Amino acid sequence: MGLEAKLTQDGFITTTIDSVIAWARKSSVWPMPMGISCCAIEMIAAADPKYDIARFGSEVMRFTPRQCDLMIVAGTVTYKMAQVVRRIYDQMPDPKWVIAMGACTSSGGMYRSYNVVQGIDQFLPVDVYTAGCPPRPENLLNALMTIQEKIGKTKARDYQNRSLKELELSQI
Amino acid sequence: MNLKELITDKVKEKFGAALEEVSDFRDDLCLTIKNNQIVQLAKFLKEDTELEFVMLKDVTAIDWATRKKRFTAVYHVYSFKLNYTLRIKANIDDDPPAIESVTPVWRSAEWYERETWDMYGIKFINHPDLRRMYMPEGFEHHPLRKDFPVLGIPGSLPLPYKAE
Ligand code: SF4
Repeated sequence: MGLEAKLTQDGFITTTIDSVIAWARKSSVWPMPMGISCCAIEMIAAADPKYDIARFGSEVMRFTPRQCDLMIVAGTVTYKMAQVVRRIYDQMPDPKWVIAMGACTSSGGMYRSYNVVQGIDQFLPVDVYTAGCPPRPENLLNALMTIQEKIGKTKARDYQNRSLKELELSQI
Repeated sequence: MNLKELITDKVKEKFGAALEEVSDFRDDLCLTIKNNQIVQLAKFLKEDTELEFVMLKDVTAIDWATRKKRFTAVYHVYSFKLNYTLRIKANIDDDPPAIESVTPVWRSAEWYERETWDMYGIKFINHPDLRRMYMPEGFEHHPLRKDFPVLGIPGSLPLPYKAE
């Protein structure tokens, strides 16, 4: 980061609150591993030492949505499961992001069938889609980096009122 | 006397004309029984000391689409004593399709029959808990029927709201 060099000089830096917060956010994106089927194996592979998702500050896979910023939907989402995925997403605190990992989540994939949702963007706001069946871990890491880039551009207050807006909309 | 003859003869002797058809396709013995005799046959196969078909492997159905008796219920039962798997079929002529449940005979039939109800819409009379197995409660169709479109019926399965 070059921070150490700065610190040995005067001991302080000047910046804006927004960029500090964006930097902190993007360097510690905690994923919610929504591993529903085969794609989950590649998501797990992304966390192992070979691909090492920790390099991006995202090694802390939390199994409670209350502690997560990023939902990695990895697997085939059926209509029955869609309710659960959405509920877990709703339980995550703002700001939050979503990766649609794999062909199934992006478009239904090879399951062109009555029971599989043909793309989770029908009920979730997706930030990044990854292609592949399953996508390789590098692909997932690339998606993560894309999200980091996106987070880097946000302002601290950008997401403040999102849940409220969603709540209001859902009551209409 | 070989196994198949033993089974066929015993069932024939007991059920007579109710045994509609005996087929032996690719070494699989299959008995077609009149649909109102299914529970009696199940009891007989399970309790007869020479047969002892104590294990029910599967219950499923066939949708023939164009036949007059559109649905056929299919059962696979296994006897440890004979080390033999037997298939039983029953053509259903009721509309809406219904057949007596074999759950009182083989306990494992409960979930198999729920699945068959879910997928084909065959009602199992006297079933202890005939709910859907895979599809959500409140779904009104039966996906494995031949007239069900493979991509489903739009709007029949609800999605959660999306606020944007
Ligand atoms: S995209 Fe392929 S690997 Fe991923 S969940 Fe679907 S079928 Fe499995």
